[in-house]
Amino acid sequence: MRSAPATGSVRPMVAVEAITKSFRQAGTQALQDCSLAIAPHEICCVIGASGCGKTTLLRIIDGLLRPDSGRVLIDGVEVNAPRPDVAMVFQHFGLFPWMTVYDNVAYGLRVQRRADAEIDAVVRRHFEMVGLQGFEHVYPYQLSGGMQQRVGLARALAVDPKALLMDEPFGSLDAQTRELMQEELLRLWRVQPKTMVFVTHSIDEAIILGDRIALMTLRPGRVKEVLVVDIPRPRDPEDVRGSPRYRELRNHIWRELRVEAAQGARR
Amino acid sequence: MRQSVTAGTVPAARRAGASLSPSAVRWLSVLIGLVAWEIYGRILHTPIFSYPSPIARAFVDTVVRGELWFFLKSSLVVLTLGLVLAILVGIPLGVVMARRALVEHAMDPYVNALYATPLVAVIPLIVLWLGFETKAKVVLVFLFCVFPILINTYQGVKSTDARLIEVARSFCSRESALWRDVILPSSAPFIIAGIRLAIGRGLVGMVVAEFYTTITGLGYMIVQYANTFKTDRLFVPIVVLMAMGMGLTGLLRMLERRVAPWLHVQKEE
Repeated sequence: MRSAPATGSVRPMVAVEAITKSFRQAGTQALQDCSLAIAPHEICCVIGASGCGKTTLLRIIDGLLRPDSGRVLIDGVEVNAPRPDVAMVFQHFGLFPWMTVYDNVAYGLRVQRRADAEIDAVVRRHFEMVGLQGFEHVYPYQLSGGMQQRVGLARALAVDPKALLMDEPFGSLDAQTRELMQEELLRLWRVQPKTMVFVTHSIDEAIILGDRIALMTLRPGRVKEVLVVDIPRPRDPEDVRGSPRYRELRNHIWRELRVEAAQGARR
Repeated sequence: MRQSVTAGTVPAARRAGASLSPSAVRWLSVLIGLVAWEIYGRILHTPIFSYPSPIARAFVDTVVRGELWFFLKSSLVVLTLGLVLAILVGIPLGVVMARRALVEHAMDPYVNALYATPLVAVIPLIVLWLGFETKAKVVLVFLFCVFPILINTYQGVKSTDARLIEVARSFCSRESALWRDVILPSSAPFIIAGIRLAIGRGLVGMVVAEFYTTITGLGYMIVQYANTFKTDRLFVPIVVLMAMGMGLTGLLRMLERRVAPWLHVQKEE
């Protein structure tokens, strides 16, 4: 199996350097000496058994949590606090129920105090991009899960981030909606190839979307292997699933994760 | 199997009231109650017991002579001032208590003790300190109103979804914008419910304060007519108070639904 230790000569857009993080109150070591480099325009999927610190890693990259040691660089600059040019998409969608869909998408821009005319133009463009036209004045609770996550995606893309952090964004959707959203994300990425750190626990999703897949060990979390998904883009999920390379990758990841998952289940 | 059981029982349970809408049943129930009261009153026929028709006549009379409006006006002034003051103090204090641990711990004993105290007990004291005028009554209504607002605001802020606060922080929201965009809208239903409770308590405070203090207000009207055994007139301020209570809390209930429609949708499902 081909491993990729680094991104080569290009300066990484996201660089995680030897992060260690423990939660004193819970008495757990979430991450230990965790490193990962993600090239510009790359989709890097992070996969691991539940409880391996994937979400903690993402929150540290976003600046929501401070690591005990190590550092995160975004485009060469160290992260100390949340940055306006990094946006996150949440598994729980994180939409504000008291705001219309329009106001939710505009939220990031309003926080940045952009001009109204600019906000309106950007929001309308993103409504079109993710297929939300006509839902401007609807409230999130009136939408299905898939549509709600389109709002979450549009809100994150609207601030034109250098890096998108995806925290199991499709994890709470039903299987069909999930596959549709994966196709949708691949289509969006072709138009706007954003650097993405995509946390997931679905092996299938990681192979369909990722340029590379980082496998994490169970607590304390560490990247133990980075796999290159050498399946050419543009990818059609159906074709990918039928290819022998998909099966190879899938079996390999499952073998690796199986050990970890079994360990996790015994705790 | 389970489905066929529910399919059989639900229509059966509904059948009893099938021809009448719930609101028709409500109105009919009130009508029957009033008629029964009227009949009983006419049979009993003593000056101390009154019944709907003389009460209605007394009502018209007090309205025509301007008496009701005179007393109602001073009550409304007291209630409004006390309530507005309670809102202005209760909401900010509730928010700060919920967001700043130092303030929370410092204020906690006072709030708990005063909320638990039957405030009727402090009325003579307030009168002694502040006199019989509007000021004393406003302070009393304020004391009755402020705690439900403060405590509900506190609860509302505390129950703000931590995940949404994290979303705001992830988008680099400043603390002040976070309060405006996330914490206040999220606790708005709690705050309005607090104001609704406060109105109920405020009405009690207002009437009791008027029993004790100046010769104005609906409370004074009640005392006056009770002392002169004019039962039919005595019912006029009671009916007005009832209407005020129902009207105001109904309004606030409506507002609660308007301000947080998503809460009610989840309940219905």
